[in-house]
Amino acid sequence: MAALGMNADGLRRDERLERLRLFGLSSPALLLILVVLVIPVGWLFYVSFIGANGQFSLENYERMINRSSYRRIFFTTFQVSFLTTGLCILIGYPLAYFISQLPAKLANLCLITVLLPFWTSLLVRTYAWLVLLQKQGLVNSWGMSLGLWDEPIKMVHNMTGTLIGMVHIMLPFLILPVYGAMKAVDADFMKAAANLGASPRKAFWTVFFPLTTPGLFAGALMVFILCLGFFVTPAVLGGGKVIMVSMKIVSNIELFVNWGAASALGVVLLVATVAILWVASRFLNLDQIAGGGH
Amino acid sequence: MKHCTATIAIAAALAAGAAHAENREVTVASWGGSFQEAQSKALFEPAEKAGFTVKQETYGGMSDVRLQVSTGQVSLDIVASGSGSAARAGAEGLLEKLDYSVIDVSSFYPNLYSDYCVGGDVFSTVYAWNTDTYGENGPQSWADFWDVEKFPGKRAYRDKVAGALEPALMADGVAPEDVYEVLSSEEGIERALNKIRELKPHIDVFWSSGAQQAQLMKDGEVDMTTGWNGRFDNAAKDGAKVDYSFNQALLDYDCFAIPKGAPNKDAAMAFLAEISKPEYQDDLPKYITYGPTNKAAYDTGEISAEVASGLPSSPENAAMQLPINLEWYAEWEQVAAEMYQEMLTE
Repeated sequence: MAALGMNADGLRRDERLERLRLFGLSSPALLLILVVLVIPVGWLFYVSFIGANGQFSLENYERMINRSSYRRIFFTTFQVSFLTTGLCILIGYPLAYFISQLPAKLANLCLITVLLPFWTSLLVRTYAWLVLLQKQGLVNSWGMSLGLWDEPIKMVHNMTGTLIGMVHIMLPFLILPVYGAMKAVDADFMKAAANLGASPRKAFWTVFFPLTTPGLFAGALMVFILCLGFFVTPAVLGGGKVIMVSMKIVSNIELFVNWGAASALGVVLLVATVAILWVASRFLNLDQIAGGGH
Repeated sequence: MKHCTATIAIAAALAAGAAHAENREVTVASWGGSFQEAQSKALFEPAEKAGFTVKQETYGGMSDVRLQVSTGQVSLDIVASGSGSAARAGAEGLLEKLDYSVIDVSSFYPNLYSDYCVGGDVFSTVYAWNTDTYGENGPQSWADFWDVEKFPGKRAYRDKVAGALEPALMADGVAPEDVYEVLSSEEGIERALNKIRELKPHIDVFWSSGAQQAQLMKDGEVDMTTGWNGRFDNAAKDGAKVDYSFNQALLDYDCFAIPKGAPNKDAAMAFLAEISKPEYQDDLPKYITYGPTNKAAYDTGEISAEVASGLPSSPENAAMQLPINLEWYAEWEQVAAEMYQEMLTE
């Protein structure tokens, strides 16, 4: 008994030491997060409550309630983000499925072409879309010379152009995690489903698709959150008519004497995003998404 | 480009070193593009012969200065600015008061320098049109710009309030001399905004920069736009089918200011004195069609009568225009800008 008791003490001491060691090992990372994340975000919150006269004030938030443009700008921001995410899923999922069914060599080639746009600056890609889509751009002039349509179609300087540009930029963020999830699905599962009498369609929807949803949600979430803070693409392709929160933050910094006017927008966007994630987490298992696998 | 100017700067500094014992170094920030190129060739590079070492940067406007001053990390000695934002920044305490015993403004136009900012060039906010669409008989007033029956076609307009309300009121029948009086109330601003709302279905693009105005006209994306006259002249030189008129245009000026706590404040003051001299100012129109702020620049013989007649500040052109009222901007810009954004997001 005594020996066991000593042993138990020793085990407990080991466990404490182990915990301490783990904490010690992760403390640089914790410190980094504190310095680069917690403190700036805390400061952002603090500054958003400072009025033009340097005193505590709610004026930055009152302004957002009184002026309906703020509501519309938040609406546009979420609208653009939702639509971009939806289009990315519609285009990205089938594409990832197609690539995942290819032989390894061909699949790698396809993945490289998916990743290729990452090697070009975002600004260059955005302006390239402007050149392609404008009234006398390549797409319109080809379409009209081929007789497909007679009048130039308005594809840029509006919501359409913004979405085309953003979907193009965001697609890789969706395809990669989805592709990863698809490759992780054991091919025998599908064979087993077929063996048990499921049609290919049924096997896909009841076996394959559910197994790839964590990857899909991970990709969709990443696309959605990146979209919320987008600036360059809507600014260039939206023609000044698609105004997102990031653009309003810039104009508030130019317009008002204090940083609070801009910080308050950041705070509201952050809170709204966290709220959406929280709602999403009620329906989805975020841990699983973050783990990306099973 | 930057490397190139830096090399010139060093070469000039070495050459000037013998003549001038002191080597005065200043960092100047401007807007980039064809505008800064013109400033560089006419003002900054020649000033190096007078013993200055000039480091050029581009910047994002007075919000950059605000950031530098509020954090105490001022790196810029001189900034080029629009007159309105300089007036507001001065009132905010972001700028050094200029010493007019050092800078000689005796031959300046009286309204083209202020306590915090000394004028560098005179420009106009004009309406420009595609000469392919309308031939030579383009719009001749703001009312024409608004007239989509007589001048069918797509428009572009500014995405900020500065210089955007005055044209709307003139199109609405307000006499130029009464524009700022009408604008000095929220109802007056709303009246101008309603006029823009009327045109909005025909406005395809709200532009955000001078480079964009030129690009929109060059690519034929819109048939008519507002913008800064020098940009259109340079676009036309590049083959764009574009023309503009000074009638009812807004006469405005760019100026140079010194951020509060600039590292080389005294050298900056001396530099501003140098580039405000007529022998510098008379070179600017060679590179961009912006006029001098120093009247004496017209007397050096460098600006030909032909060039002068095309500048915004020539007496003939100036008489047709509405000078920007800086007091109005100091008092109303913030309110008007918020209301303008309301209109844009509708």
